[in-house]
Amino acid sequence: MNRTKQLAALAALCAAVWTAPLFAVDNTPPLPDPVMQQRYLGLTHELRCVQCQNEALADSNVNLAADLRLEIHDMLLAGKSDEEIRSFLVARYGEFILFRPRMNWHNAWLWGAPGLMLLAGFGIAVRVMRKRASLPITDDDEPGSTPAA
Amino acid sequence: MKRFLLPLGIFALLLIVLAFGIYNAPKNGSKEIVSPLLGKAAPQFRLPQLADSTALLENSALLGGWHLVNVWGTWCHECLAEHDTLLQIKAEGRVPIIGIDWKDEDSAATAWLSQLGNPYELVATDHDGRAAIDWGVYGAPESFLVNPQGIVVEKLIGAMTIDVWNSRFLPHLAAGTPASAKAGA
Repeated sequence: MNRTKQLAALAALCAAVWTAPLFAVDNTPPLPDPVMQQRYLGLTHELRCVQCQNEALADSNVNLAADLRLEIHDMLLAGKSDEEIRSFLVARYGEFILFRPRMNWHNAWLWGAPGLMLLAGFGIAVRVMRKRASLPITDDDEPGSTPAA
Repeated sequence: MKRFLLPLGIFALLLIVLAFGIYNAPKNGSKEIVSPLLGKAAPQFRLPQLADSTALLENSALLGGWHLVNVWGTWCHECLAEHDTLLQIKAEGRVPIIGIDWKDEDSAATAWLSQLGNPYELVATDHDGRAAIDWGVYGAPESFLVNPQGIVVEKLIGAMTIDVWNSRFLPHLAAGTPASAKAGA
């Protein structure tokens, strides 16, 4: 690859990055109220596009994602709360649609694990410290131990 | 020696937990999402029919007998792949198939059915895709088995095959499955 080609490739890359916003996938009409629009953006970023699975609804250009964005848009206009909208989608697509899973009995252990581990660590630390504290202060076994000079 | 016992025990426990996770993982990865619809009443819908757009098709059409609800579209390749199987199911005559033509042109759908054969008892057209959202559809084709009480008892995402029909769908009929059964899933 010669230098001109490299430069051309770089230029193309830069152009692609600069014009990226022009290809924004979300064509849903913006909501009239800025607060509502903010909620819309929040929801579409935390809900999964079930068809493409690792993309958020906001970033996906498949038809279904567009339909679901419109559905969320209309539900916001109809005065639904964020939680009602999440529940609407969970009832249809399951918990999987939430990028931030809710706490329930199935995953309670996962949420509780860090706390349990911290407690366990604390317990071990206390035991070790107690054990050390009960040791005699001078260690007769240590070969290098000599009375202080 | 004794001081190694605890870490070793924890390691063994970890192995058991991981092995349990691996053996219980779904065979085809996480691709197929278990529908929250299973064991619940089929969603309400009210859609124009393909054959006559002034006539409506509603949930009530699903009551009183077993039905297979098949979501399809002429734009969907896998739907072409399963079409022969649907015709076979129709020929079997045990379960009528209700089609939901998802985000499609009526003319294209009519042409498709006249060319390839029509496996459906009735076809509803879902132009804006709202009914599909209510059914939790995320990729055509999807097939739902609805029992005579209007409860969804089985769901397949992807092309129907005779094997899947015989092993996962038909047994529900034989068992006269009550709601919330998920056998064979």
